Amino acid sequence: MDNLLSIVTFLPALAALILAVFLRGGDEAADRNAKWLALFATGATFLISLFILFQFNPADTGFQMVEEGAWLLGLKYKMGVDGISVLFVLLTTFMMPLTIAASWGVKARVKEYMIAFLLLETLMLGVFMALDLVLFYVFFEAGLIPMFLIIGIWGGKERIYASFKFFLYTFLGSVLMLVAMVAMFAEAGSTDIPTLMTHQFSSAGFSVLGIHIVGGMQTLMFLAFFASFAVKMPMWPVHTWLPDAHVQAPTAGSVVLAAILLKMGGYGFLRFSLPMFPVGADVLTPLVLWMSAIAIVYTSLVALVQEDMKKLIAYSSVAHMGYVTMGIFAANQQGVDGAIFQMLSHGFISGALFLCVGVIYDRMHTRDIDAYGGLVNRMPSYALIFMFFTMANVGLPGTSGFVGEFLTLMGVFQVNTWVAVVATSGVILSASYALWLYRRVVMGDLIKESLRSISDMTRREKWIFAPLVTMTLLLGVYPSLVTDIIGPSVEALVSNYDTALAASSDAVQVASH
Amino acid sequence: MLQADLTIILPEIVLSVYAMIALLGAVYTGKDALAPMLTWATAGVFVLLAAWIGTSGEGIRPAFGGMFIDDGFARFSKVTLLLSAAAVLVMSQDYLSRRGLLRFEFPLLIALAVVGMMMMVSAGDLMALYMGLELQSLALYVVAAIRRDSARSTEAGLKYFVLGALSSGLLLYGASLTYGFAGTTLFSGIVQTATEGHVSLGLLFGLVLIACGLAFKVSAVPFHMWTPDVYEGSPTPVTAFFATAPKVAAMALFARVLHDAFGGAVGDWQQVIAFLSLLSMFLGAVAAIGQTNIKRLMAYSSIAHMGYALMGLAAGTAFGVQALLIYMAIYVTMNVGTFAFILSMERDGQPVTDIRSLNMYSKKEPAKALAVLILMFSLAGVPPLVGFFGKLYVLRAAYEGGLAWLAVAGVVASVIGAFYYLRIVFYMYFGEETDDALDGGQSAILSGFLMVSAAIMLLGVVNLFGIEGAAAAAAATLVN
Repeated sequence: MDNLLSIVTFLPALAALILAVFLRGGDEAADRNAKWLALFATGATFLISLFILFQFNPADTGFQMVEEGAWLLGLKYKMGVDGISVLFVLLTTFMMPLTIAASWGVKARVKEYMIAFLLLETLMLGVFMALDLVLFYVFFEAGLIPMFLIIGIWGGKERIYASFKFFLYTFLGSVLMLVAMVAMFAEAGSTDIPTLMTHQFSSAGFSVLGIHIVGGMQTLMFLAFFASFAVKMPMWPVHTWLPDAHVQAPTAGSVVLAAILLKMGGYGFLRFSLPMFPVGADVLTPLVLWMSAIAIVYTSLVALVQEDMKKLIAYSSVAHMGYVTMGIFAANQQGVDGAIFQMLSHGFISGALFLCVGVIYDRMHTRDIDAYGGLVNRMPSYALIFMFFTMANVGLPGTSGFVGEFLTLMGVFQVNTWVAVVATSGVILSASYALWLYRRVVMGDLIKESLRSISDMTRREKWIFAPLVTMTLLLGVYPSLVTDIIGPSVEALVSNYDTALAASSDAVQVASH
Repeated sequence: MLQADLTIILPEIVLSVYAMIALLGAVYTGKDALAPMLTWATAGVFVLLAAWIGTSGEGIRPAFGGMFIDDGFARFSKVTLLLSAAAVLVMSQDYLSRRGLLRFEFPLLIALAVVGMMMMVSAGDLMALYMGLELQSLALYVVAAIRRDSARSTEAGLKYFVLGALSSGLLLYGASLTYGFAGTTLFSGIVQTATEGHVSLGLLFGLVLIACGLAFKVSAVPFHMWTPDVYEGSPTPVTAFFATAPKVAAMALFARVLHDAFGGAVGDWQQVIAFLSLLSMFLGAVAAIGQTNIKRLMAYSSIAHMGYALMGLAAGTAFGVQALLIYMAIYVTMNVGTFAFILSMERDGQPVTDIRSLNMYSKKEPAKALAVLILMFSLAGVPPLVGFFGKLYVLRAAYEGGLAWLAVAGVVASVIGAFYYLRIVFYMYFGEETDDALDGGQSAILSGFLMVSAAIMLLGVVNLFGIEGAAAAAAATLVN
């Protein structure tokens, strides 16, 4: 199959089109059809995407299964995967059927809901496969539209504020990236990502308004991309849109946001920032590392005092993304491996945690921690599953959460010991907020009157969690499943980065003589 | 010789003759009873002329000693403005006749305005420029005040007239200074005098005054004050017309004057245009935030869009002109769709312009709401919609023209501007159902324009319907 990647990418959009055009009526039967079609389409996408994994050759560090066609303005429609992106593609296709299944209880405007999610899947997959700058940008930005609608239409009480904040915050971040892309196009004469990865952008320092810029264009371009990815990630201090968006989004929206959308930032750092602007990245690495360390400690502390379960998990996401940025900018094999691993594992774990909140929210329609307590008495299987993912979130050895944290910390320890020391304290803080949350919601006696009649998880809900539990455990005890695939590509990335840095510092020395 | 010249301006002659014959015919026979028929006929003539101009003619053909130029640039602009004028005429027919506003003068005044615009984009001489501009403006002053019994419409017409006269005065003063210091009114003559570094002070004044006059016509800040009031006061079909064809014509004329007459002195006008562009983008973005009247909102939106188009012009390169042409073509397509929707906004048979009446429109009319959603995101410049590619072109042109700061400012303004487009989406999708929501508005023509325009915004992502090559060829004839 030559067009495997395009098929996987556009299959959900095709299903969305079918829903939009052919599904008429708003009765229950139509709603049911919409749900089944969406589930079927996302499931089929997942199955087809497995072929990408089978065909993928980890030893080849270049782009594989490349498709190429002409587009406007000298741009190209070019898709492909390498060791860094292939697992994100699978993470997306894996999570989407689960989110659709978790949305079975949606009552309002079911058809539009499913269309929005299917389109979102296409756009997210496109981000991970695009090999043209502008094509990447198109997918990256277009994802804002369905997400804006998902939060705004199906969200909670403050949904309007949250959706506007989400849209404008991320939009502002990425338009600066657009200008940098235009600048790259002008300088390199191409928008082809593989070409740009080998292009050496000028790093001669110059002055703007009297301020000397070390690293020149590379630093400026790095900053422009950084603005976009740091917001998307989100990194402290531009993370404030995330708790709002998470809290107001419907459960499935939160799952997609935490499990996949946040990974676009990390993916962007790996695809653009490190390989294309090594000098700029090197100049700003200390800043990024310290921002990550602050994020880990600060947002963990903030998570401790949250009253809202979703908000707590949202802050914990920010903290975990701190490990990711830290690992990426450690720029060594362990750090980057760990960062990718952490992103995948966080996809499963945070997705599952938001689903856990969704389970009790569907029953009680509140996310206040105070409204719960002693659920273990009425919901034993829920308590077990929630326990499992709480532990995974804390980074218990044997779960995937441990591997990612350990690798990133190990990576960064070699680069900057103090950052590693500060960041390690986040492990303890994450244990305290996560376990305390668990204690308050699940443990103790069931004294709240309203909880007397709460029922345990249904079979559908258990089935949704089963794959997530499997993946978390599997990656926890056998991380080579992931590192074997990403390893060679990461090694190439790291060695190219080091080579480019060495070359530029040689050039500086030659120039100064 | 004369015969060759007349052949070149044959489309303009045909349209003028048509307008005069139709005027006489209508006066002596059915008068307003003929108005619907005349509207359709005029739109038909526009489309035929667009097809004719689009398929015939090649190369650069000057007529009347260079006063009139028929080149690729003029043809691209003419096709764009003829088609948009035809679309607006068809759209307004239903709206005006249901409110008893459809007079037979309306389509004919539009036809005469279009003759003026065609003259403008082909002008090769300051006199021809002024003649085209005034023919267009005079027709438009009348059209703005066509609703004689409405104080607001009359006020809009008067405001437009007074400020328009002022700008014509500025332009004329600039033209005479230019003539005085260059010794000729022909663009091809001025360009020989106005070369980089050798522009005399008088010529510079002339240039700046001409730019001021034209900035008024494209409603660039700080010459934009008339726009919101005229947009709001005029009957909606007239507003739709103001927002489309005249903007294309004025922008094309702007490009022609700057490149044909002052193309040798890009450095002298680049800063001026960049400044106009910067102010327009920001004012358009910020001032629209507080608007609840959708016509005023669209006025500020068009100011902001003119800012982006001027960004392409400020680049001072052939690619900049190409970006400008593509931006204008996309802009009119979006505006035709948006105004098709605004024309269909009504309650109890009365037109409504308050955006709060859109509350939960998506429940009532899911398909139309979706189309408006697409148009709004396209106006905001969010990919994958075509509006984004317009922005991408001008950003690239500005960056390559050495105006990186303008590109950065432009994208920041686009984020601010996104807010008010989102607000319309917010009312349609997230609002609460209220009593004073829209009803009716079931005109098939308007819905058709809305849907087609939204579909173009969506499908254009494939290859922009091939206008890229045409625009590049057009720009190449202007800048070399």
